Amino acid sequence: MITVKKLVKRFGLKTVLRGVDFEVQPGEFVALLGPNGAGKTTFLRILASLSRPSLGEVLISGYKLPQEAAQVRARLGVVSHLPLLYGDLTAEENLRFYARMYNVPNPELRITEVLEMVGLEARRRDLVRTFSRGMQQRLAIGRAVLHDPDVILFDEPYTGLDQDASSMLDDVLKTVAAQGRTIVMTSHDLARAEDLATRFDILSRGVIAASASLQELSQTNLLAFYRQALAG
Amino acid sequence: MIDKVTDVKPVSNSRTRPSGNFIKAVAAVLWKDLTAEFRSRELFSAMLVFSLLIILIFNFALELDIKTRQSVNAGVLWATFAFAGTLGLNRSMAIEKDRGCLDGLLLAPVDRSAIYFGKVLSNLAFMLIVEIIVLPIYSVLYNVNLFLPGLLLVILLGSIGYVGVGTLLAAMSVQTRTRDILLPILLFPVVIPVLLAAVKASSGILAGAELADILLPINLLIAYDVIFIAVAFMVFDSVVEE
Repeated sequence: MITVKKLVKRFGLKTVLRGVDFEVQPGEFVALLGPNGAGKTTFLRILASLSRPSLGEVLISGYKLPQEAAQVRARLGVVSHLPLLYGDLTAEENLRFYARMYNVPNPELRITEVLEMVGLEARRRDLVRTFSRGMQQRLAIGRAVLHDPDVILFDEPYTGLDQDASSMLDDVLKTVAAQGRTIVMTSHDLARAEDLATRFDILSRGVIAASASLQELSQTNLLAFYRQALAG
Repeated sequence: MIDKVTDVKPVSNSRTRPSGNFIKAVAAVLWKDLTAEFRSRELFSAMLVFSLLIILIFNFALELDIKTRQSVNAGVLWATFAFAGTLGLNRSMAIEKDRGCLDGLLLAPVDRSAIYFGKVLSNLAFMLIVEIIVLPIYSVLYNVNLFLPGLLLVILLGSIGYVGVGTLLAAMSVQTRTRDILLPILLFPVVIPVLLAAVKASSGILAGAELADILLPINLLIAYDVIFIAVAFMVFDSVVEE
């Protein structure tokens, strides 16, 4: 579903990614972990076609980036710590706008489905600026799945959420994952990642330093695995 | 209150329809901008108040006799539109950047020039609305009739050129830390030909010149509009990408 080979990303003289090899199978939920400045967001932005790789090969659903970016974007949903929503539009107006941009068939039906999924059906006519951070983040997930993408990228989706909002987001994420979508999520929250993901990749100093599936990890805990990867 | 998360029906295998999307995307961006702005009136009120302040300041500062006043009308008018326009262009792109919405737009599987044209149309709409309100007030304050068909055409052509290049440069400057000061620094040198042509054509029309005398600046305005919108169409994708 996602294949990345020898990916390098440079910003001027600074090299952020130094030859990343990364592969995700359909239906996998991969947690991409790593310290601040490891290049997680840069990596996700390249997968999302928002940034061009300096070197290397990126394939998503069989389409190559950046050459076939439009085809990739049609199959991709992105949730970041920013909601990517307009505060002066209502929840349904935001989704209607994105439905038009993605040319979603039967948009009104799909908007209702998505609002029910994220538990915001009752607030559909309220302005997004009146929503709490947690509600905005749930609507952001609704926006990301609106066009029925195969792959969803989550970049630190829990940033700024309180305990209640985080557990609410857990439920939404589990619902989205249960639909068989391929998910890549960056996070600093190891406990949450361990609860949700089926594979864990550690990005450190611009390369994937270690990778383990949930089964492989059962003999140790994620924190020990993470520390060992960073030390190595 | 946080609502309960419910299960959703299994997702269908439907895919977004890939083609025939361009006009729909342009219309979607325009609809989104107009709906959000008519609700908040953030951008529009700032542009309008700023325009009115400029024409008031010029009115009191210049203290001109009627004859001299006629000679500066076109210049004052276009200076007002240019300054207010910059304010609007900056705010229009800042709204997209602040909540990450620019990324949301760029993630859509549409030709990115559709986003550019949508933003141009909405910025043009805001600028024209402000101009429609400013014109009668200016007419009263400066005792001049601005509702001349030729002048209205020049204002439309000048605004298209100004917004066309301004939207492109605003998309560029919004990605920098100094976006508020960078846009006018980038925009005014590039837009000088359109402002000069617009002032020349406007002052000719206000002085009652023949069409043949103002044809050159009008042609220049048309050429500028076509060239810069074509250039923006070609380079917008590169401008907004990291």
